[in-house]
Amino acid sequence: MKRFALISIPYLWLLALFLVPFLIVLKISLSDTELAIPPYTPTLDIAQGWAGVREWWAGLDMENFVWLTEDDLYWKAYLSSLKIAIISTVLTLLVGYPIAYGMTRAPDEWRPTLMMLIILPFWTSFLIRVYSWKAILSNEGFLNQFLIGIGLIDEPLVILNTNIAVYIGIVYTYLPFMVLPIYAALERLDESLLEAAEDLGCSRFTAFWLVTFPLSKQGIVAGSFLVFIPAMGEYVIPALLGGSKTLMIGKVLFEEFFANRDWPVASAVAVVLLLILIIPIVLFQRNEEKQREAGK
Amino acid sequence: MSDAAKALEPVFEPWKDPSQKPLIRFENVTKRFGDFTAIDDLTINIYEKEFFALLGPSGCGKTTMMRMLGGFETPTEGSITIDGQDMSAVPPNKRAVNMMFQSYALFPHLSVADNIAFGLKRDKLPADQIAARVEEMLSLVQLNKFASRKPHQISGGQRQRVALARSLAKAPKLLLLDEPLGALDKKLRQDTQFELMDIQETTGTTFVIVTHDQEEAMTVASRIAVMDHGKIVQVDTPAKIYEEPGNIYVADFIGDVNLIKGKVVKSGNDHASISWAEGQQDLTGIAHDEIPHGTEATLAIRPEKVTISTDRPEGVTNALSGTVLDIAYLGNMSTYVIEAANGTLIKAQAANTRRISRRAITWEQQVWLSFTDTAGVVLTS
Repeated sequence: MKRFALISIPYLWLLALFLVPFLIVLKISLSDTELAIPPYTPTLDIAQGWAGVREWWAGLDMENFVWLTEDDLYWKAYLSSLKIAIISTVLTLLVGYPIAYGMTRAPDEWRPTLMMLIILPFWTSFLIRVYSWKAILSNEGFLNQFLIGIGLIDEPLVILNTNIAVYIGIVYTYLPFMVLPIYAALERLDESLLEAAEDLGCSRFTAFWLVTFPLSKQGIVAGSFLVFIPAMGEYVIPALLGGSKTLMIGKVLFEEFFANRDWPVASAVAVVLLLILIIPIVLFQRNEEKQREAGK
Repeated sequence: MSDAAKALEPVFEPWKDPSQKPLIRFENVTKRFGDFTAIDDLTINIYEKEFFALLGPSGCGKTTMMRMLGGFETPTEGSITIDGQDMSAVPPNKRAVNMMFQSYALFPHLSVADNIAFGLKRDKLPADQIAARVEEMLSLVQLNKFASRKPHQISGGQRQRVALARSLAKAPKLLLLDEPLGALDKKLRQDTQFELMDIQETTGTTFVIVTHDQEEAMTVASRIAVMDHGKIVQVDTPAKIYEEPGNIYVADFIGDVNLIKGKVVKSGNDHASISWAEGQQDLTGIAHDEIPHGTEATLAIRPEKVTISTDRPEGVTNALSGTVLDIAYLGNMSTYVIEAANGTLIKAQAANTRRISRRAITWEQQVWLSFTDTAGVVLTS
C-alpha cells in the first residue's frame, strides 16, 4: 500500500498537471467561439443530467481543425517554425560541438570553471537575457556601433526584427542544452581509443571523424532534440527579436488567444503542435534508451 | 631437451651473435616528465622474432618505454631506431608498429570484424583483400563465430583476442603488448599465455610485452629486462634471471629467495665464498667476476635448491644447521622456515613425496640444510 502510494505520486502529478489540462485544451479545440465568459461553447451543464451531456457532446466538432487546413497562415506557420527550428538546431550544434570538445580537452582543473560558465546564464532571467540582445543587435546597438567604430561598415546592419536575430537568440538561449549532453558523451570517451586509431594508421583528423564523432553521436542526438523541441514552439524569442515577417507557430498561437480571443482555434493550433512534437519526443526517448543500454 | 634435439634445432639466441642486427635500438634514451625522470639513460637492443618482456613494478618506466616505441611519447634525449630508421620524428600512424592496449581499446561502435579491419581500411587495400585478411585473423584467434558481434556482446577473454587480432592484422614488424592479460582471471591467463607464444611463433612477429607479473614474463619471454626507477637492472633469459640474478634487486623481485649476508673470504674460478656467521662453515656460490676479499656480499639462493635433512649430509660444499621455526604445507610441497646462526631465517622447499603423517621433520626440530656450490650466487650489489 505504501509502495503503491509512492509510485502513484508521479502519476498523479502527470494526471493533474498534464493530462487534465491537455484534455481541457482538446475539448476547447473542438468547441465554437462565442462572445461570452468563457469565450467558447458548448459548456457542460451537469444540472440538466444526461440530456445535458448529450447536448454538450453534440456541440463538439472538428470545425477548427478543418479551418487550420483551409487558411494557409497555419500550415505556413508550422512549416516556417519547422524550418527555423531545424536551422537553429544545426547552428547550435555547429557552435556547441567545438565548445564541448574544447571542454573535454581542457586541463582537469579548468573543467569545473568552464562548466560553470556554461551554466551561469541560467542564473539570470531568460526574458532579460533575450531582451538585452535587442540592445546588442538594434541599428544603434553595440554591435553596429562597434563595427562602424572600427570602420568595417558604413551603414548599420539590419539584424534586429529579422529571422537572423531569431537564430542568434535561439542559438544563444539553447546552447547549454546542446553543449552538456555532447560534453557528457565526449568525456566518457576513452583516450586510448584515439591512440589505438592513430596506431592503426589514422591521422588525428580521421581518428576524430572515425572514432570521436561516432561515439559522441548520442550526445549530438540528445542535444539536438533538446534544442529542436522547445525551439519549434518558441514564442518569446521571435516576439522580442523577430520582425513582422517572422512567422512562427508560437506567435500565431499567442495572437489567436490574446488578440483574436479565439480560444478554440488557438487550442486546435496547440493540439496539432503537440502531435507534431510527439514524433521527435519519441525518437529522443528511444535514443536515451539506446544510450542506457550501451552504457551497461 | 635432450642433447640430440639440441643439435637438431639451433637455439634462438640472436643477442649472442655479433653479426645479427638488432631490430630495435635504444641509445642513451632519457625521458623526463617535468622534474620526474621516467627513463634514465637507457641503452638496449632487441632482435627480430624476439619475445621481449619489460618487467618491473608500477612506475618503473616500462610503459613509458613501450609508448616511446609506439610513438605516443618522444624521448627527451637519445635516439630510438627501428629497423635502422630513426624514429624520433615518425608519428604513430606512420610506424610499422602496432600496439595492443591494456584496456584493449576496442572501438565500441564497430563489430569485431570491423575492429580488425580498421587498420587495413586505413591502408586503402581492396575490399576482397581486407575481407580475406580479417577472416584469417579471426581464424587465428578462433573468433569466426563472433565476427558480427559488438565488443560489449563478447566476454573479456574474447575481447582480449579481438584486440590481439586487430593489432596483428596489419602484419607489423613489431607488436607491443601493454599488460595484455592483466584483466583476465588466472586460469584464462595461463591458457592465453601459451596461445600468445603460439601466435608469436606462427606469425614470426617481434613481440615486446610490458608486465608486472613475473610469472607471465618467465612463461612467454625469450628475454626479460627487469626495470627499476627508469633503468634496466638486468637483461637475460628467464632461466638466467632466475638462476643467476645480477643483483639483489633482481633476485628479490623474481620469485622467492634467501639472502644470506657475509664477507667474501675466497674468490676466483667462477666461484666465491663468504663467511656469514662465527663458527659456521663458509658458504660458496657462483660469482663470475673476482671479488676482493673482505667485500660485503650476499649469497642469494632459491628455497627449492636447499635440501633439508635430519642428519648432517656428507660430501656437500655448503651445509648449515638450525631449528625448524615454521612449516607451510602447500599440497605438492612444503616450505620450511629454519632459524640458523645469528637468527638468520632460511627457507627450504621440499616436495611432499610422502603423506604428511609420515613426514620426518617437525617443528622445533634440529635439522641440516645443504646446497651445491652452483645453487646460489654471490652478489655485491
